[in-house]
Amino acid sequence: MVSTQRLWLWKLLLAVILIGMAAGTWGAVNRIDYTWRWNRVPQYFFYQAEESHQIPFDGQVSRIINAEGTSTVTLTSESGEVVQVAVGTDTLRVSEGEDLFEDDTIGFTTEWSLGPLMTGLWTTLWLSAGASVLALIIGLLTGLARISKNYTLRGMAAIYVEFIRGTPLLVQIFIAYFFIGTVFDLSRNVAGMGALAIFAGAYVAEIVRAGIQSISRGQMEAARSLGMNLIQAMVYIILPQAFKRILPPLAGQFISLIKDSSLVSVIAITDLTKSGREIITSTFATFEIWLTIAAMYLIITSVLSQLVFYMERRLSISD
Amino acid sequence: MIDARNVVKVFTGRGQVVRAVDDVSTTVDKGEVVVIIGPSGSGKSTFLRCLNGLEIFDSGHVVIDGKDLANRKTDLNKVRAEVGMVFQQFNLFPHKSVLENIALAQRIVRRRGGDEATEKARLLLQKVGIPEKENEYPSRLSGGQQQRVAIARALAMDPKVMLFDEPTSALDPEMVGEVLDVMKQLAREGMTMVVVTHEMGFAREVADRVLFMDYGKLVEEGTPEHFFTEPREERTKLFLNQVL
Repeated sequence: MVSTQRLWLWKLLLAVILIGMAAGTWGAVNRIDYTWRWNRVPQYFFYQAEESHQIPFDGQVSRIINAEGTSTVTLTSESGEVVQVAVGTDTLRVSEGEDLFEDDTIGFTTEWSLGPLMTGLWTTLWLSAGASVLALIIGLLTGLARISKNYTLRGMAAIYVEFIRGTPLLVQIFIAYFFIGTVFDLSRNVAGMGALAIFAGAYVAEIVRAGIQSISRGQMEAARSLGMNLIQAMVYIILPQAFKRILPPLAGQFISLIKDSSLVSVIAITDLTKSGREIITSTFATFEIWLTIAAMYLIITSVLSQLVFYMERRLSISD
Repeated sequence: MIDARNVVKVFTGRGQVVRAVDDVSTTVDKGEVVVIIGPSGSGKSTFLRCLNGLEIFDSGHVVIDGKDLANRKTDLNKVRAEVGMVFQQFNLFPHKSVLENIALAQRIVRRRGGDEATEKARLLLQKVGIPEKENEYPSRLSGGQQQRVAIARALAMDPKVMLFDEPTSALDPEMVGEVLDVMKQLAREGMTMVVVTHEMGFAREVADRVLFMDYGKLVEEGTPEHFFTEPREERTKLFLNQVL
């Protein structure tokens, strides 16, 4: 009970430390005379893109109708062809009855578009998701091969795991793109996703192997004694129990994969990290962009860990 | 029903060679209840596990219902489906409800429909006396209840033989009775049973024949009357003096 009574003291200490660190950072930044330009960041999430509209032929503006800020321009060609184009009224460059040549600009429309931070985020997401699914399949098969009775399968799996765990991911990405990618003519996206999947697959294999081995031998014996073959026993009895047990380490591995995916920017895949570097070259808002990108990674990974936490609770009903 | 001839099982490890089952031969007829007793480490459980191929024996033959387990062409999965087994540690599937534990193998091995399997599972739960637990998970049951579900799970396959590997050894004393009652009922119904146990009362009351094993060898076998009143072998007498 003493500990709960004093808990507020520790909470206060934590708050003081955090505020102290924030103030220290603030002070240090002020000393180097950095001008914060947070107002430049939002446009890299969403921006208003301007699209120009041209006349597709030589002809005349036969009619203009203005309504709610939009002008509908009716164009008639010399051969009698009719086309309608809608543009913003305040961007209108033509008047009724005017003669135009092909590709003359009539006006502009603006549309909300995804900025580089959002397209980079999207690339990171599908790259990680694809690599995760592949890694799970590779890891499951390799994990099963690791505990197989067949010497060749066991050996192959062990060599794969050793090779992948003993070399840096960055080097593997280079090999996947510049060597394997050149030989087999792979696109950078395929090479990048493949390298991530093969890297994570080796770690997933070890998790799967440990998970299967943690299920008591009696489970396999009971399943086999009922006449199930090895595959049925694995699918219905062993793997469902193992999966429940390895969910937390598996989630950790996939969270690592999302973060590791930032390395594919070295083979010019425009993921979240590469987008950030590109934005910085044109804005010099180095601090703001890197902090924003860190926050975006943090949001994805926290959403994933919350999801896994929820799944764990759902799966624990039989405990 | 079961014909075991010269079964040998050798365990090797750390430079030691142990003949866990050493040239054991016996037969079990249809409807017979055979109880195997013996001290710990005598190889009785290993021998029992040889009878459904859970333990691959090194030499000898085990013929179950005409099928020789030592023959490479024999489909062990098919034989095992005909031989029910009950374990000391129950080994229920913890991620499945009681009803699913009993219905699962019926569906995927016997290829029965879901309704038929569930129907049969309910019937068997009734038989072992815990119909009200069908939707519970094994972790919520007492040891005695879990073992009775395990018996029902084995029976659901309509086995020709039931093997029991020390089915009451992991139970609290007050739960032993409920499990033995189910086994006695099975014996009365004419089920062929091979039981490894330390329950001498059960052996005396239910067994048609008692086998005594020690150091992997079958030392003595006979009817319970002969066995408990006038054992021939010195080692049998010594063992009975210790446990009775």
